[in-house]
Amino acid sequence: MRTLVIAEHSVGQLTAGTWSAVTAALALGAETDLLVVGGADASTVAQQAALTQGLDRVLLAQGAMFENVLAENAQPLITSLVRKGYTHVVADASSMGRNVLPRVAASLDVGMLSDVTHIVSTDTFQRPIYAGNAIATVQSLDPIKLLTVRASAFAQALSQPQRCEVVAVEGDGQIASNVRFVSEQLTASERPDLSSARVVVSGGRGMQSKENFALIERLADKLGGAVGASRAAVDSGFAANDLQVGQTGKIVAPELYIAAGISGAIQHLAGMSGSKVIVAINQDAEAPIAQVADYMWVADLFEALPALEKAL
Amino acid sequence: MRRTMKVLVAVKRAIDPNVKVRVKADGSDVELNGVKMALNPFCEIAVEEAIRLKEKGLASEVVVVSVGTSAAQEQLRTALALGADRALLVETSAMLEPLNVAKYLSKVIDQEKPRLILFGKQAIDQENNQVGQMVAQLIGSGQATYASAVNQVDGQWVVEREVDGGSQVVALAMPAVVTCDLRLNQPRYASLPNIMKAKKKPLEIIAADTLGASVKEHARLLGVVPPAVRKAGITVGSVAELVDKLKNVAGVI
Repeated sequence: MRTLVIAEHSVGQLTAGTWSAVTAALALGAETDLLVVGGADASTVAQQAALTQGLDRVLLAQGAMFENVLAENAQPLITSLVRKGYTHVVADASSMGRNVLPRVAASLDVGMLSDVTHIVSTDTFQRPIYAGNAIATVQSLDPIKLLTVRASAFAQALSQPQRCEVVAVEGDGQIASNVRFVSEQLTASERPDLSSARVVVSGGRGMQSKENFALIERLADKLGGAVGASRAAVDSGFAANDLQVGQTGKIVAPELYIAAGISGAIQHLAGMSGSKVIVAINQDAEAPIAQVADYMWVADLFEALPALEKAL
Repeated sequence: MRRTMKVLVAVKRAIDPNVKVRVKADGSDVELNGVKMALNPFCEIAVEEAIRLKEKGLASEVVVVSVGTSAAQEQLRTALALGADRALLVETSAMLEPLNVAKYLSKVIDQEKPRLILFGKQAIDQENNQVGQMVAQLIGSGQATYASAVNQVDGQWVVEREVDGGSQVVALAMPAVVTCDLRLNQPRYASLPNIMKAKKKPLEIIAADTLGASVKEHARLLGVVPPAVRKAGITVGSVAELVDKLKNVAGVI
């Protein structure tokens, strides 16, 4: 048995989700390598990654073709590495992991399990289905098991003072001709990453406008947390798309989740009901969010949010 | 249109998004007996996008395909009522594992030769988010998952994608695979005359085992449990009470 974890990095840093994927991989109990794929900054990332506790090797695939990790370029590399003797492949269930891993699965003629939340054994896993309304236990029958894991379900791997070995690896060097990267626009934010933040403050339709959403941002900043939003708030243009928490957005499980003006549709609950402590601030005492809230505060948002910010 | 620009849309019959899901008493699966089913919402967005491409003159024909039991004809008729031209059902009663579905669809693509294959980004039942990417691999196409805008420029599909932390634009050679995200469009409602017209549109049924796809069982469902129930919360009456609870009871601030 041998496990390959696919790392992900942004602005020269491993993502928090990668550290969680390593923890999930280590639960399999096998030798574990981490693959860092990227352009100019990938070697710095690999050196940082080599300080992760529990890894046997860091594999570094560096090249201009990996500058923007396109699935069509990453798949041949990952497939060829896996064929050299890995039994398990683990990636964060991020937009990148979900984009790349199904291609790898098809190339190896094996299935894949998405959004794993618990490793039961080396071939059996749990994953939520139906917007988290059911938890399925699934056994993989394939010789190679491919998983994406939910970062919020696994603690982040720890660091150690000693580096493990960093080994350079190469793909076949063929750049995919069926796709071309055009551009990317990433939102610069000083706030912690939504998927792994310790505190998340989310606003819903009740915030009424983009301007009012500043109240959410200020409270989040006071708590050192991330900003989230319900689908209704995103659809109304109050918050950016990538802040959506829910079945089809980000899945979060922070220590503290504050839902302000969010009624609590099942699709939203699917994205946050794993949070340790949930606070709901809402004018409607009967809103479905009350069913999952530890603390329900029935109040006017525009008085409550500034008051809470001041009281902290 | 001089060249044919066929768009294929793969759709899934899934539980209606407004239905409360219940786990069967024996824990074998979720209860789907007598439960309202619908076109998976993301597939509906994919159908809408195909129809809009046709309305803009960027597609000449919209073909919808589904893999599943004969009951999925209902969802194919829905897609026809929305404006698709014809439908194909790859009929099978087997468990719909993503790789197997992708293999059937690849065979259909071989026959139909579309220039664009649209998918929903995921189905709201099994939430795999895999089939589009697997099809792209099997047919050797480029892919754009989580699409928020689809355009045609100089014989390529230029697609804006929603990614963690922002958005990305990629250009894809034809044929290409695109999976549709929530904000790509707002699907229309089918009008009554269109629902009537859809009944007369062609719907071909293909037995799955005639396609020559090498399918097998990749995973086995061992059981299903309901999620852990959160213990009942309390109502707080003031900011002071809330802060006190968070500090001294929950210990999270």
